[in-house]
Parts: sequence; C-alpha cells; structure tokens
Amino acid sequence: MPLSEQLSSQRNTQRFGEVVLPHLDSAYNLARWLTRNDHDAHDIVQDAYLRAFRSFAGFRGDNARPWLLAIVRNTCFTWLKRHRRAEVEVPYDDELHGGGNVCEGASDPNPEAILSRLDDARIINEALQQLPVGYREVVVLRDIEELSYKEIAQVADLPIGTVMSRLARGRKLLVKHLTQLRNGGSHGM
Amino acid sequence: MECKHALALLTAHVDGELDAHDVHALDDHLRDCADCRGQHAALQSLRSAVSAHATRHRAPEDLADRITEALPAAATGSGRPLGRFWSGAGVGAAATAALAIVLGWGILSLQPSPDDLLADEVIANHVRSLQGGHTVDVTSSDQHTVKPWFNGKLDYAAPVHDLTAQGFALEGGRLDYFAHRPVAALVYRHRLHTINLFVVPSKPGRAAPAGTFHRQGFAIEHWTQDGMEFWAVSDADAATLGQLRTLFTAQNTAR
Repeated sequence: MPLSEQLSSQRNTQRFGEVVLPHLDSAYNLARWLTRNDHDAHDIVQDAYLRAFRSFAGFRGDNARPWLLAIVRNTCFTWLKRHRRAEVEVPYDDELHGGGNVCEGASDPNPEAILSRLDDARIINEALQQLPVGYREVVVLRDIEELSYKEIAQVADLPIGTVMSRLARGRKLLVKHLTQLRNGGSHGM
Repeated sequence: MECKHALALLTAHVDGELDAHDVHALDDHLRDCADCRGQHAALQSLRSAVSAHATRHRAPEDLADRITEALPAAATGSGRPLGRFWSGAGVGAAATAALAIVLGWGILSLQPSPDDLLADEVIANHVRSLQGGHTVDVTSSDQHTVKPWFNGKLDYAAPVHDLTAQGFALEGGRLDYFAHRPVAALVYRHRLHTINLFVVPSKPGRAAPAGTFHRQGFAIEHWTQDGMEFWAVSDADAATLGQLRTLFTAQNTAR
C-alpha cells in the first residue's frame, strides 16, 4: 500500500475510533436485548463493528449512534433468522391506532396500582425479555437507549407511525406480562 | 377531543413526541377525563419504571480491544472471517505490521468529539447556576421582558418563548459563558426540575448538529434551528427535554 493511502486509511480508522467506538455500550445493549444472551451479543457486536467500519467512508452526518445501531440491529436479525427463525416470524399488528387502553388484557384488576410501585428490576427485565422481538426492540431503543421516534425509525427501518403503534402495542403487552409476573405466575408465556 | 382520539395520542405524549398543538388539546382532555388520566398515569409509570430499572447492558471490558485489534485488518479489505483474527492464527506478518503502524500512530484513542466536550461544559454551567442559587439575572415569566434584557449584552438576538401554558414556566434569563463566548441562558421550570436552555449562534460551516446526551444523571437535548444552536440541560428525563424542544421549535416557527 502506498504511504499516502496508508495515511488516509489511518485517518479513517482514527475518525472511526472517535465517532463510532464511543457508542459501544449502546451497540452491546441492543444486541444483548435482541439475542438475550451475552455470548451471541459479543460476537454480533464484533461483526457489526467490522461491517460498520467497511461502510464508514459512506457515513455522513453528526449522529453516528442510530447509524451504528441500524447495522447492529440488521446483524442481529440476520443472525436470528439463521439461528432462531421462529423468533422473528411473529406477525405484528402495525395498524396505526397508536394507543388504546394500556391496561386492557392485564390479568390484574388494578394494573395502575401495580405499575405505580414497580421497582423490581428482575420482574421488569423478565417481562421485557418475553416481548416478541419486534416490540422488544422499539421499547429498548425508546426507554433504555432514549432514542427519538425518528431515530428508532432509522434503526429499525420502519415508518414513524409504525414505531409509535409498535411502542403502544409493546407497552400494552408489557403491562400484561408485568401483572402476570407480579401475581406470581408466568405460565402461558 | 374524544377519548378514542386521546388514547391514540397517549403513547406519543409520554414519549414527548407530540407537537405543541396536540399536547395542548390532549392536556385539556386529560384535565376533564378521569379515565384517560388513569391511562396516562399508568403509561407514564410504566415508562419511568422501564427507564429506571430495566438493565442497560454494558459492553464487556475486552470487546473494545477486540474490535480495535481487528480494524486495521478490516481496513485492508481482506474480508477474512473474524474468527481467525480472534484466534490469532490468521494474523499474518502484513497484518501484524499494519497493526504496529496503527498502534505506533497512537490512534483509536477514544477522544471525545467536540459535541461531547460542549456537553460537558453545558453540565458544568448548569451545576454552577444551581449551586450558587443564581439561576437568573433577570426574573420574569414575560418573554417580552427577558428578550430585550439581553440587548447590548450579546451580539445576537436569542429567541425567548414563555411556555408556561404547556408546562414549562419561564423563570427568566441569565448571561453565561459557553463555547468561548458570552451566551444567553434561559431558565425554565418544569414540575420540580430547573432547565437551563443555552442559546448560541451556530458556527458557520457546522451542519445542523443535534443529539441527546446523558451525563452524571443529567440529560441534555441539543438541536439547531435558524442558525442558532440550543442546548437544554436538566435532571428531568430526556423525554421532557424533547418535549421542550418540540414546543420551543414550534413557537420559533410560528413567529
């Protein structure tokens, strides 16, 4: 490789290190929630970073996080399709109704009371793990990674309206799982 | 507003993604309708519980090293499967040499970006304003008092909007120093939270930057509009600052 090319490639690597590497925890968190285990998340994030590096020259913009997370997300889904096909083949109700009664379908007659004193990380994690992956990803991106709807749309490659309806549906399911777990039973999940 | 319509907007409302007009209409409805208010509270509790307690998994210690080690190899476009690099067996002399050059260059040093440094400065200013109990130089909820107060103190006119009706009460303004220049700081109160909003003219040539940051328990919302950069900082959550951003930009556009 000629020296000039080598230097430009080094600058590229340096910029990648400054712009993309700081988002490693976000990348790992997303992969960990999508695969639900550390070992696979580790491998997928490594792979995703190399993919990101290869397409980094084409990256324009200031916000590398959604750009990177889109690559992590696609790497996860490719992996899930190959290894756990059933998990990604869940039909989603993406009708644009956005909301509705969040407590509908909860097994507890008073879900508001349960939600208002919800501070048990174990139960919350478990309920979130039980969500179908298409709902889980939007809730994780919104409530843990604090991405905007626009950024989530970019990461998950969905229209913004669908991001909202998935969040609405996902949270409704989450309430259902939470009330079931709180009542001591996770049967039927 | 009908309940059906209100319920459809609740998700976007708790996420701070509704525009000012809908926020207003929905808040009116929530004031009058106990059922929808209960739903809203349930959704908000759920969202804060997940935000506060769901695990944010952190990357294991060795992952960053493994990625940086693999990068020079990726740069040459060898396209070899990853596993061989991790095992070490596939690292040829050329790759080792490239790695040595890269390491010698001292790169991949995880330097903070300019916006990261500014975010740190935003936090420092915010904390200082709270510590001294000196949040405002001019105390007024009237934007027509606060805006002219900056005249003669700054070489630009910062937009000022009172958003009391939408839940963000303007407390006043303060002259602060940020990004190597004097700037306008607007102070808002939202429930128990104080929010500092720094308004700085954009540097020429800077593409409209924006983003959300989390530092030391504070959230920062950064956006650009009409040649001004805005940095909102508070101990309130990011969704709240997102809401302020939505309301503020809508007011700016409506001017």
